[in-house]
Amino acid sequence: MALLEVRRISKSFRGLRAVREASFDVAEGGILALIGPNGAGKTTCFNLIAGVFPPDEGTITLDGRRLDGLRPDQVCHAGIGRTFQLVKPFAALSVEDNVMVGALRTRRDVAAARLAAREILDLLGLAAKGRHLAASLTLPERKRLEVARAMATRPRLLLLDEVMAGLRPTETDQMVAVLSRINRETGLSVLLIEHVMRAVMALARDVVVLNYGEVIARGTPDTVVRDPAVLQCYLGEAAL
Amino acid sequence: MTGPRLGLWCDGVPRRALVLCGILLAVLLAAPLALNSYLLSVLILVLYFAYTGQAWNVMMGFAGQLSLGHSLYIGLGAYTAAALFMHFGINPWVGSLAAMVVAAAFGAAVGYLAFRFGIGGVYFALLTIAFAEFTRIGFDHFPWVGGAGGLFLKVVGKGRFDLLHLRGSAVMFYYLLLALTVAAFLLCHRLMRSKIGYYWLAIREDQDAAQALGIHTFRYKMYAVLLSSAMTALGGVFYAFYYNNLFPEQIFSMERSVEIVLGPIIGGLGTLFGPLLGAFVLTVLAEGLRDLLSALGLALPGATQVFYGVCLLAVIVFLPDGIWPGLRRLLGLDRAAGPGPKREG
Repeated sequence: MALLEVRRISKSFRGLRAVREASFDVAEGGILALIGPNGAGKTTCFNLIAGVFPPDEGTITLDGRRLDGLRPDQVCHAGIGRTFQLVKPFAALSVEDNVMVGALRTRRDVAAARLAAREILDLLGLAAKGRHLAASLTLPERKRLEVARAMATRPRLLLLDEVMAGLRPTETDQMVAVLSRINRETGLSVLLIEHVMRAVMALARDVVVLNYGEVIARGTPDTVVRDPAVLQCYLGEAAL
Repeated sequence: MTGPRLGLWCDGVPRRALVLCGILLAVLLAAPLALNSYLLSVLILVLYFAYTGQAWNVMMGFAGQLSLGHSLYIGLGAYTAAALFMHFGINPWVGSLAAMVVAAAFGAAVGYLAFRFGIGGVYFALLTIAFAEFTRIGFDHFPWVGGAGGLFLKVVGKGRFDLLHLRGSAVMFYYLLLALTVAAFLLCHRLMRSKIGYYWLAIREDQDAAQALGIHTFRYKMYAVLLSSAMTALGGVFYAFYYNNLFPEQIFSMERSVEIVLGPIIGGLGTLFGPLLGAFVLTVLAEGLRDLLSALGLALPGATQVFYGVCLLAVIVFLPDGIWPGLRRLLGLDRAAGPGPKREG
């Protein structure tokens, strides 16, 4: 049984079917990338899993436990940490305090959470910025802060929403290295939305392609990028 | 004495800050010995605004929920304790508990309606004003507490010092209010170093992100409203027994709410010293202005209000974080920062 099982979820917004009957799994310890053109329904899928709104139809389970219909904080307690595509740092708090707020979920007290936050900041290369205000960080740093904060909640599954967007290739490679190291060492499962194919190819073991809210292809990164349906949706009829 | 209990309070607070706090407290403790009755009454006003400002700051400065109707809790606290005392002879200290419960119940109603239905920001502020207004109108037609005609407590001789029944001189009220202000300060200091305090700040900064980190935002916002309303109610009890007369028109008025809000904003929103500093600066300057005007033989009604407006304008334009963050830097206490001031919004 997979860790995360998404079964035939659908979601409409005022008649627009953003996601229709999408199904996919994330294996325990696995890394799955969700790709697709803009407006394909990737972020909606994320929000359905994270509990921002409930699916109209379908079920979502983590380790056999139903998640659909739970609030975002309950989804977090169930073991899912997420980042936001448009980063949402606690701007007036220090970087360390940002991560500490996440760490407080499972740690006994503030002191224990602070220690945990420092370890995570170290892991993500933000240790030197710990005392700075989050508002002072650059965009790549803010992306890393998002990841650090989500990780601090000790999730079993990490949802990463375009954490590579806006990063330079070297920064992307750094982030890939950090994430695959965390995945290797802690067995943390990852579901990522990503446009940066360099990161998808390097990181994901499986890829699911969405277009107009539907799953049009799935498989390993190598097979998916050669799939005619995928090429068509990205590049149009002429590419074939 | 540096046992673990003291350590709990002072952990991470620089020595210099402790010394300065000690000096400030000593000055405040000794003040009644040196001041005449007028200056003492000004200082009582300072402490009253410092205390109620601190209570309001819990909701807005820490948890980011803008209340412009805190006169609701002042009025409910004042009326509850005063009416219980007048009608049933219930001791004001017991009455204070009842006052806190009543105010917190109203706070819970406001909070539940707002947070359950996702009313935030300006709309939340409007809801708080609406509650204060309709409660005022309700009290205008509530004969048990005298309606619009007001509720009066018997004034007793100035020489008495009956702490048990809150009947006594200005000096007694001064020390009472000082104790209340210090207690509120210590409570907030503790909260801001605990899980609940950090959760409030997270909610203030970004509610969606806070919720994604497992924070039950509804619950923590309710905690802030309950604590803030109950604390404010105590300020109302003090008001009732100090002034001895209550009119719905005055005590539930919007003006009263705004007075509470000004101190923390000018002092520094979301900081521990902001409400104290703001209350001091505003009250002393306003009283000074009044003296100055009367010395010049000018009678300008509403001059204080205009002055408040100018102060607010100046602070918002030149010191958007309030006076305290700058002063803290000047005093070399910046490492003591704790939770930083609110940056935006």
